[in-house]
Amino acid sequence: MSEPEGVSRRGVFVKLGLLFNGAVAVALAVPVVRYLLSPVLRAHGTADEAWVSLGPAMRFPAGQTRLATYQNPVARPSDGATAQLPCWVRHVEGEKFQVFAINCAHLGCPVRWFPQSSLFMCPCHGGVYYADGSRASGPPERGLFEYRWKVEKGELLIEAGELPTPGGRALASLAAGSSRCA
Amino acid sequence: MRLTTRVGAWLDARLQLGQPLKSTLEHRVPRNSASWFYVFGSGALTVFVHQVVTGILLALLYVPSAGEAWGVLQVLNHQVAAGWFIRALHGWGSNFMVAIVLVHMVQVLLFGAYKFPRELTWMVGVCLLLMTLGMAFTGQVLRFDQDAYWGLGIGASIASRVPILGPAIVNVLLGGPIIAGATLARFFALHVFVIPGLLFGLVGLHLLLVLKVGINEWPMPGRLVRKATYVKEYNELTHRDGVPFVPDAVWKDVVFSGCVLLAIAACAALLGPFGPSGAPDPTVIQTAPRPDFFFLWLYALLSFLPPASETPILLIGPAVGLLFLFALPFIAGEGEKSWRRRPIAVLSVLLVAVALGALTHLAQHTPWSPVMDAWSGDPIPAKYLAGRTAVERQGALVFQVKQCHNCHALEGQGGQRGPALDDVALRLTQDQLIRQVIQGGGNMPAYGKNLSPPETTALVSFLLTLHPAGQPRAHDASRAAVLDGHP
Repeated sequence: MSEPEGVSRRGVFVKLGLLFNGAVAVALAVPVVRYLLSPVLRAHGTADEAWVSLGPAMRFPAGQTRLATYQNPVARPSDGATAQLPCWVRHVEGEKFQVFAINCAHLGCPVRWFPQSSLFMCPCHGGVYYADGSRASGPPERGLFEYRWKVEKGELLIEAGELPTPGGRALASLAAGSSRCA
Repeated sequence: MRLTTRVGAWLDARLQLGQPLKSTLEHRVPRNSASWFYVFGSGALTVFVHQVVTGILLALLYVPSAGEAWGVLQVLNHQVAAGWFIRALHGWGSNFMVAIVLVHMVQVLLFGAYKFPRELTWMVGVCLLLMTLGMAFTGQVLRFDQDAYWGLGIGASIASRVPILGPAIVNVLLGGPIIAGATLARFFALHVFVIPGLLFGLVGLHLLLVLKVGINEWPMPGRLVRKATYVKEYNELTHRDGVPFVPDAVWKDVVFSGCVLLAIAACAALLGPFGPSGAPDPTVIQTAPRPDFFFLWLYALLSFLPPASETPILLIGPAVGLLFLFALPFIAGEGEKSWRRRPIAVLSVLLVAVALGALTHLAQHTPWSPVMDAWSGDPIPAKYLAGRTAVERQGALVFQVKQCHNCHALEGQGGQRGPALDDVALRLTQDQLIRQVIQGGGNMPAYGKNLSPPETTALVSFLLTLHPAGQPRAHDASRAAVLDGHP
């Protein structure tokens, strides 16, 4: 059997075979990539954020800041204790609240409230915040993250579900709302 | 013929691996590279195998579920026979792994082994370093305790700062919008499948390259690497003054590996496993999360970087560092190999070592963090209270109650975030103290709204007593002139 110079029948079959495998690989890659990116794609489709209850609003005395916990709205059975999340509730007065994320705006460590000096302090790198969540000192570049809140039928609700991070979308927009006074 | 010899011959007739294996083991290496300085690569390989074996043993019981992982570690520590020891072996093995890989890298750098023709060996080695650090971090997450939970938050906070893609990266990293069960599952997949798979491939490649281009000869000052002549010179050297790797060189590797395994076992037996610390319950916030030893320097660095430069340095720094490491064999691929003639290399290694060492040391004392219970736990030294007036003692009480002690030390007790106040009255006048307390500044919060005027007066009265006996307080000369009418 004679073949033209440079092109053999078997050579063409190998290339066709590789092309075929490549096409199958691309077809398979689409669902694989979708699966890998599902945490991001889901965030664009159905919202991760949902209104969750912190319990009766009257549990938070006016003028005080208290720790509250809530159930993560996107909790799954394997989450264990991580499905319960804490936050700081400041009852300013009357129907006015502020709900702060537990996570320091620097690197996310849990901030602690000191009522005697009216300061939040972070144990990791020494970030300090005033009672209204605004930055007092230390490495954070901004005040504490705040949740949107509302009171319905005597229940204090917050919109939660996403880990507040310095570069996060949902909570970053709220930063503008926090006042600067101490 | 003995049975084992016959079985061996039977197998080799089919596998035909005997001869290639023999020639590989007996390949000639330069006599002077059969040195105790050349044992760290094989040492790292030994610890890698040790980690694989102990890792598989742990995987027999481990459950990658956020609800159960911590409990399983308790079972391993307290109920399973020798479970604590296997955990300790794996944990200490991890520390030894990072340490030996770093020593290996420094040795390779100082002996010029990354130069021509071993550039690719070095680059694969840099990848192996990254994989090793990746294993250390993901392993720390699998020990799913408080430190792991908040450590993930720190990782997410750093990742979120990437421009535009930050939030998406966080979601992919955590497997969802928040740290939860899916987060642990994907770190398990990384630690057990993805990174070890890459490690196997890259370690194989690294070893193949060592065989193909040969082990670095002992660097002699003045013997320069030239691309045109090096390979010929190296072949002549191994021919003229070479020894078979087995047994002339390998015995030192074997002895060192044995010592390393013994050291890991000794640390494991004497010092026990790492943690787990408290349960990964985010509602328990009385915790000060800390990373494992080899990431402490980063923890310290994050408190010292000025806030405005933190994000750029965090995002650009590692990229520049990696680019430099990958480019190094191309920047300095020829020339002098001996560290005796390469002062910049020696000084760079020293600089990095001192910097990492100093940051690690600082991270073990965390002078930048408030001591959260100093206000309630550390007393004011008696000598600062004896013979004081009522208002001064009242000020000492304000000092404690308002948590000043969390950031300011007295006689070495309390926080070190702010300056120690044992002699503050030498530095600041009364007016300056009042201003500092009320307005804050210089990284101190303003206490104007949290102190009543009598409290401020009392606090400042107390602070004015804090100066060594016999040294006068700071005073404002102009004020004396204005109030009293004479200077």
